[in-house]
Amino acid sequence: MRTTNILVDYLARVEGETAFSVKVRNKRVIEAHLNIFEPPRFFEAFLRGRSYHEAPDITARICGICPVAYQMSAVHALEQAFGVHVEGQLRALRRLIYCGEWIESHALHVYLLHAPDFLGYADAMRMARVHPDIVKRGLRIKKAGNALMAFLGGREIHPINVRVGGFYHVPAKKDFAPLLEQLSWGREAACETVRWVARLPFPEFTQEYEFVALRHPDEYPFNEGRLVSNQGLDIAVNEYEDHFLEEQVPYSHALHSRLKERGAYFVGPLARYNLNFERLSPLAQEVAREVGFGPVCRNPFQSIIVRSIEMVYAFDEALRLIEAYEPPEQPFVDLHPRAASGCACTEAPRGILYHRYQIDEQGLIREARIVPPTSQNQKTIEEDLRAYVEQHLDTPKAQLTWRCEQTIRNYDPCISCSTHFLQLHLEQQ
Amino acid sequence: MQRRAKKPTLAVWKFASCDGCQLSLLDCEEELLEIASSIDIAHFPEASRAEVKGPYDLSLVEGSITTSRDAEHIQQIRRASRSLVTIGACATAGGIQALRNFQQVETFISAVYATPQYIQTLSTSTAISAHVPVDFELRGCPINHRQLLEVISAYLQQRKPAISSQSVCMECKLRGTVCVMVAQGIPCLGPVTHAGCGALCPAYQRGCYGCYGPKETPNTTSLSARWKRLGTSERDLLQVYRTFNAYAEPFRQESEAHES
Repeated sequence: MRTTNILVDYLARVEGETAFSVKVRNKRVIEAHLNIFEPPRFFEAFLRGRSYHEAPDITARICGICPVAYQMSAVHALEQAFGVHVEGQLRALRRLIYCGEWIESHALHVYLLHAPDFLGYADAMRMARVHPDIVKRGLRIKKAGNALMAFLGGREIHPINVRVGGFYHVPAKKDFAPLLEQLSWGREAACETVRWVARLPFPEFTQEYEFVALRHPDEYPFNEGRLVSNQGLDIAVNEYEDHFLEEQVPYSHALHSRLKERGAYFVGPLARYNLNFERLSPLAQEVAREVGFGPVCRNPFQSIIVRSIEMVYAFDEALRLIEAYEPPEQPFVDLHPRAASGCACTEAPRGILYHRYQIDEQGLIREARIVPPTSQNQKTIEEDLRAYVEQHLDTPKAQLTWRCEQTIRNYDPCISCSTHFLQLHLEQQ
Repeated sequence: MQRRAKKPTLAVWKFASCDGCQLSLLDCEEELLEIASSIDIAHFPEASRAEVKGPYDLSLVEGSITTSRDAEHIQQIRRASRSLVTIGACATAGGIQALRNFQQVETFISAVYATPQYIQTLSTSTAISAHVPVDFELRGCPINHRQLLEVISAYLQQRKPAISSQSVCMECKLRGTVCVMVAQGIPCLGPVTHAGCGALCPAYQRGCYGCYGPKETPNTTSLSARWKRLGTSERDLLQVYRTFNAYAEPFRQESEAHES
């Protein structure tokens, strides 16, 4: 009997602290675990008793990479509770700030976290010694996303301008002028990015995934839509908890999420793309086709291409929204807190982010539930590790270990996000 | 023959946090490559799978101490670091997760210990300075990446960082923002909050909510009296000081003054 253990005790180039282990015995993988040891921070617990209006600022602190996602899920859930629907230009500005976050987060992952794997560098700084122009382009794209977030949000990390009902302050039409050149450059640079990443060497690896994402009748999804999958799921967001379940596993600080009916599922850019290709802008679709990429992709290593296509879309959409912008009469919609509960799901850069709040008659939060994308992908990540290792048992161990790391990084996991909902589960015991 | 001096080494460490402050280092977009060319980034797992063993000339520490394992780890980091700088509200004040410190008897902590075999956590979240000596504390939730660049440059040149310890009010004046509290009656924590953000919130028609923590010698009692005249309840005043820097001493004391 021959046993091999692949063990990495601190996975690099992901946001947060995780380890993983794969145990192989007699050419069979007997265990594949993502061991998330990031300490839990108990957000749901200390949201209790806080005023509803604090939710967007407090939940933003769950993640420094995708604070807008937390703010967007929080405000939409609370507005649903209070029976308010934010429309028109305020709705457009919310899409716009989300574009900034997708660009910033995707550029970070594509250039600084993921690309070095394909080219065999330990990091982007080392990659820059050989490919300085490519890394500089990536940093400049990232900067354009940050500029958009800072313009609308005040700053790129934990923006200060988002509130339940809208914004504290909205820009005048002319205020956008300094951004336009940067965003137009970014759109072209994102197209170049797609052409570049499409030429990277990809391992042959496809699985039968169940992709889950929002789907809106005519837009690529950010804040609205039904939850759909390629295996027949088609539900309203408020039915989320009827179909998805979370469970604790002894080796991880993050709960594992699964579909009650079918188990593991896959959220994020690849899921959005497979379920919404025809809703991408004509330019984004055209660039995809140009590099020979169709509407279906089941190779998670190629998520780097999909992230790049989504960057093209985000720049394109941002420019469209800015062109159509007229300042709204009020920066926010008036609302009246009431005892109610509300939920929302939005598309964080890494996939669907679900929030539910129960509010009392004074506007205080009685209960909060948050399900971030990374906890939803954990099972699929483990299944990928298992499948990849079983298909590549003859690969030298150091190389296989690096491939396992890459298998996890395909999902751009955000560990900081994934550990923050532990409290609710514990209280149910 | 003259030998090239060895480049100074930089290490970045993470404890309980959102990752945002170390992301600020990657947000130094074009400066990032310049930093990388003048210093040796020896330990920065969020950005690199390469690792150089210590000792390190400068360690940047993000996050607060919430587990016994981390309490030991920070001791090792201190021993391996010539200078140790904490970045952000978690590392300098315990962060928002320090809200647990006020609720030790409440159910959510005891519930954690109901499954000790799964979860290892301390009942408190504490600043790095509660465990080891710290050479400099950079404030903010999140930190300002311009200030981070200044701190890194200062330590590499072995000088004191030029970081203002004034209040947010001073930054409003410098920026030319009309005072939102005086002109519009919007409650604002600016007078007691440490500068560094550039006075963002008032520029967006919003009162400061204190994410940079207390300034030196803040008069929170006086500010709270002003907030009350603007109609803020005792209950809300308690919450106002209990956010991202809740366990920084002046904010902790002021929040406790409003406990009923």
